[in-house]
Formats: sequence, C-alpha cells, structure tokens
Amino acid sequence: MAGLTAARRRLRPAAWPEAWVAGAFVTPAALVILLVVAYPLARALWLSVHDVVLTRPGEEPFVGLASYADELANPDFWAAVWRSLCFTIVSTAIELVVGIGLALLMDQPLRFRWLLRSLVILPWALPTIVNALMWRWIDNAEYGALNALLFQTGLIDSYQQWLSNPSTAMWMVIIADAWKMTPLVAILVLAALQGISREQIEAARVDGAGTFTTFRYVVLPLLTPTLLIVLVLRTMEAFKVFDIIWIMTNGGPANETQSIAIYAYQTAYRAYDFGRGSALGYLIALAIMFLAAIYLRLLGRVGRT
Amino acid sequence: MSSMSIGRLGGRRLGALAATAAFLVAACGAGASPSAGPVTLTALFMKQAAYSEDNVKEMTKAFTDANPNIQVNLEFVAYDALHDKIVTDQAGGAGTYDTVLLDAIWPAEFAKAMLVRDITDKIPAEYKNDVFASALAGGAFQDRFYAVPWINDTKFLFYNKKMLSDAGFTTPPKTWDELLTQARAIKDKGIVQFPIVWSWAQAEAAICDWTQLAAVMGGADFVDASGAAKFNGGGALAALEWMKKTIDDGLTNPASTGFLEEDVRNTFSAGGAAFALNWTYMYNLANDPAESTVAGQVSVVGSPGMGSVATSGVNGGMGIAVTANSKHPDEAIKYALWMASKPMQDTYAQLSLPMWKSSFQDPDITKTAPELFAAAATEFTNLVMRPVVPYYTPLSSALQVALQEALTGKKSAKQALDDVAAKLPDLQK
Repeated sequence: MAGLTAARRRLRPAAWPEAWVAGAFVTPAALVILLVVAYPLARALWLSVHDVVLTRPGEEPFVGLASYADELANPDFWAAVWRSLCFTIVSTAIELVVGIGLALLMDQPLRFRWLLRSLVILPWALPTIVNALMWRWIDNAEYGALNALLFQTGLIDSYQQWLSNPSTAMWMVIIADAWKMTPLVAILVLAALQGISREQIEAARVDGAGTFTTFRYVVLPLLTPTLLIVLVLRTMEAFKVFDIIWIMTNGGPANETQSIAIYAYQTAYRAYDFGRGSALGYLIALAIMFLAAIYLRLLGRVGRT
Repeated sequence: MSSMSIGRLGGRRLGALAATAAFLVAACGAGASPSAGPVTLTALFMKQAAYSEDNVKEMTKAFTDANPNIQVNLEFVAYDALHDKIVTDQAGGAGTYDTVLLDAIWPAEFAKAMLVRDITDKIPAEYKNDVFASALAGGAFQDRFYAVPWINDTKFLFYNKKMLSDAGFTTPPKTWDELLTQARAIKDKGIVQFPIVWSWAQAEAAICDWTQLAAVMGGADFVDASGAAKFNGGGALAALEWMKKTIDDGLTNPASTGFLEEDVRNTFSAGGAAFALNWTYMYNLANDPAESTVAGQVSVVGSPGMGSVATSGVNGGMGIAVTANSKHPDEAIKYALWMASKPMQDTYAQLSLPMWKSSFQDPDITKTAPELFAAAATEFTNLVMRPVVPYYTPLSSALQVALQEALTGKKSAKQALDDVAAKLPDLQK
C-alpha cells in the first residue's frame, strides 16, 4: 500500500487538480477520436455542400444543399432506398422468427443442448466476408451446392442462375445474411428466456394454459423488451448493409441488389463524385440516427421497467 | 503538364546487357543526364490477363539489372480495381505510383483530369512505323500520347476442335450465323448443353464483347462527334438483341450474365463450352494440361464476321503511363520503354502477343503459337475502340447495367439502351 501511495504521489504533483489529471489521461484517446471520427465527419459535411469530382481536380465550387436536393429528386436514389428497405424488413423478419424458434429450442432440456448451442453460434462467428464468399460458392450456377441439392432431389429440372437472375439475387443475399445473423438473435432471446422465472410459466400451466397460450400471453410479453432492442439493432445494421452484397453480387445483376450504401459507394468511388457521395453518406447517417434515437428511447424504457 | 523535361536520358553506363539496352538508348534518344544516387520507382500493374505477374517481375528484374541505379517496386491489383486505384492515388494526392497501367479506354479521361503526362515527344520514331496502329491508339487521345503502348490485345474466338468434329464440322465458323448453326448442331447432338460461353457480367468485359459484335453487325460507333447517343440503334442495338436471342435459344450458357473472363476460361477449360470469346492469354492456359481438361483440343481463329464485314475485334490495348505526380519521370519513361521494347515483348510472347509488326514476320517467334499469330494477323486488321470520351467510365457503368437489364429480360434491348441515352447528358457533365 505504501508503495502505491508513493507512486500516486509521484504521478500527481500537488499542483495538479484531479480533473487535470483525468483530462491528461483522456487527451490521447480524445485526439484519436477527433482524428478518426470528428475530422471525417466534418470533411464529409464540407464535401457534401461542394461540387467535388475527383477527376476534375482544382474546381470545388460551393453548391449548398444542391447535392442533397438532387439525390432526393433522383429515382435511382429512391430505388436504392427501396431495395435497402426490402432487404432490411425481410432479413430482420426471418432472423427474428427463426431466432426465436431456435432460442425456444435451445431453452428445452435436451440431451445435447450444449452441442446445439455451440453449433448455432458458428455462423455468427464467421467473418461477414467469409460467409459471403461461402454463399457465393453455394449459389454458383455451375458448381454450387444449392443447384446440386435441388437438382438431385428433383426440385428443379435445370441449374438456376441464383446470383445473376434479377428475381432471385436479392433473396440469395437475404438468405446469406439471415444465416449469419439469426444466431445473434437466438442467443439474445435465449438469454432473455432464461431470465423468465419458471414459476410464472408453471402458474400459467396450472391455470390451464396450453403451450401456445403460455408462449403468447406469458413468454412473449416478457420477451418484448429484448425483441424490441434486437429489432432496432438489426434494422440499423441491415439498412446500411454493404459488405455481404458487395462480395456476393457487387450490386448486380442490373443493379437489382444495389443497396443505398452500395449506391453511395458507387457514386463516390466509381463516378468519383465525392460531393454527392458525401451527401448520400449524410442522408444514410440521418436515417440511422433516427433509428438510433428509437433504440435509445427503448433502452430507457427497458431500463425503467 | 508542361513542366515535363525528360529528353536527356541515358548516359549511364549500360554494362554488359548491350543488346537490349542499346536498343533502349536509341529509343529514348541518347543524351547525358547522370541522375545522382539511386532512384526507386513504384509501378502499378494488373493481376489477370496478358503478361502474368511472373512475366512482369522478370522483365522488371532485367531492367534493374541493366540499370543498377533504379529500383522498381511492383504492385499488382485486379483489373476491376485498377482505375479506382489510379484515380484515388493520384487525385487524392498520395501520388504513390510513377508508372501505371492504362487501359485503352482511359487516356481521354486521365488526360483531361491531368493525372498522367503527355509523353508524345518521348515515343521513339520506330513505334510509329512498327507498332500496330491499334496499340498506338490505345495510349492516345486527340493525337497526343499519354501511355507507352504495351499490350496489343483483343478477343479471339476459341473453339473446341473435338466438339466441332464430333458434330461433323471440319472448319471453324467464319460468320456468327455459321457459329450459331454449329452451336445448334452441337447442342442437338448432346455434346454440350450450352455451346457458347461469354463474359457478360455487369463489368467492362461485357462491353468488350458487345463492342466486338456491334462492329460486324452495323458498326460500333456508340457516340457521335457531337456527343449524341448512337448506341441505342444500329450495330449496338442489333448486337445486344442478338446476344439476348442466343440466351433465349439455349445456345449461350445463361450463367454468362454473371461471368468474367476467368469464368469463361474455367468453363471452357472444363469442357463446358464449344465456343468462347476471350483474350489472348486463354490460348496457352486452355491448352495447358495442368489448367485444362481439354488441353490439346483448343484452337483459336479470328473473331467471326457478318454480312460484308469479315472480322472484328475490340481494342483491348493497354499502355504504361507516367503519372503527373511522379518525381522521377525520366526514369519512369525509361522503365516504360524497356517494358515495351521489342526484345522484351518477343521474349514473353506466350501470354501476350507482341505489339511489334516485325515480330509477326519472325518465324522464330510465330512458331511458338502459329494458330494464334494467324488469328491475330487476321483480326488485327479491324480492331475497334470503345468510345474515346472523357466520361467513358460513367458511360460504361450505365451501359453495363443496360446490358444486364436486357440480357436478363428485365427490359427490352431497345428500352434498356434508350434509358441510358436519356441519361447521357447527365453522364457527360
């Protein structure tokens, strides 16, 4: 103890108030955050109100909110928003339904429950890129496992172009995303399930409630706070989806899987229009912040109950 | 970029590698400019097609051996990342690269953005006489040179001799109609389910095939001199409708709409197609037993014609450009000229045909791949450029989407191309 006190004395000369010391410790981290968060944000804001095209160096006129207005009036923008929404709603719905089902299963006193729980978590443990590459192989028209399975079981009579057919590509991406993210939902819901006391469920049983009634009127209401959080979290993540689509389809075929994040990337890095790309970045950020605000409110409500 | 002051190259002792190096000194215009101390260049190349990474490394080693004062760091990226890499590096201000590989479709855009140097004065006289016009055109914009021509490439018609003879054909098709007739017979005999495979993914590769077809189906002039769209009619429209029809008829592998060049090579090399359009590099690889199950059955001819046009090829040339940001432009151009020199090109002719006309007269070189040189001698007579416009990249992106829409049946060919034509003024901004 004595040594520690001595060390503390050495570190904190009498002239330094505690707040200064705290400040000194926080400064390096704050500088890093400024550098990697605040500066890019400010720079992107500046870019979004200027006409900056990388292949036209030297001309960067101020254009105000023109880039925002142009995008909001651009049908390509809204088509990308619509695709992101479809992706978000369908994949989140699948993940919630299957995730709850899996959680209920893992909550049962099964013999190999530990094995089931470890296996379920595997897809989530894979990096997104690996998962996307894996699904690109599975969905490959020529040598993919999916075609082989469906063809050999007689469900299809010729190989299908899952990823290059505009009407199936988005579904394939959604399936790949659901495959990866469902375990997260399942684990979170499982944690909530285990927080529900057995007495409540047994009381419902004694009152004559069947399995479904118990789930609908006892378990589900108790799960609601967790489900809401999962819902908002997944919605936020799914809305800004980029990597899994980029690897699997590059936004194709015929832009059919071009999400809003991919649209923004292509505007900035394919057309080199950094002005519009930054404006798009800000529009996406606003949408996500809106979702985040809902998330924070929900968290607050959950905290109070 | 008027601040360029090369002109006074050479002067260094050229050592024992006299044969090659002397050529180079002549090429650069001998003079004296002893640069102090060692110089390190950074050069950007691509991973696939044409010369392999190993080829480039060996050519570069020969250069640094002959020029001990110059070191060259090599970087290789996928073709699809090359353009973005150059623009972000140069315009973004990092300026890492001294030389960059430049596709034939970029000089207009890069010259206008002043990302690469005008090297018109540095192109030696023998280039104008002995290099194929198509290779020269690939590095030029408005009669100025922005790249040392390096690769003279186009897409040839590869065919599987065995499949053709099994179907009763002794000669390869000379026209696209004849090709479809042969493909139909091959399909009907059950030799292969989809006889033709293409690289029609949403990428530049699809534009190349389309341009090559359009050139024999009515012309590949996509944009006229006033900047008005022509790609929604004429040869361009006819070619796209023809492409779609081959899918509908079951002659083209429908997976082609998701394929790049390597997928074409893999499918063809696995015996999954009788015909394929691809770059020169496929010839050796498809006949290599380690890479291909149909090695020995693969032959190549000039791309078929139609009507009065005997053949056509898309100009797939690439050159080595010196960046505007390069701090060592003299050494950079010296390196570029070395890579393009006839001795280098003749030594490494297996994966990329030499761009020197005289190489085609040299039996020592042509004997390595007589079929390929014969095909090239035919097809190089009609190589067509994709639109030489500064807005090529956004135009190509929009056209790639239109091709996908038409080929996957989302829109009619006419509608898809009309939609791009309507957006053209936006793309030209």
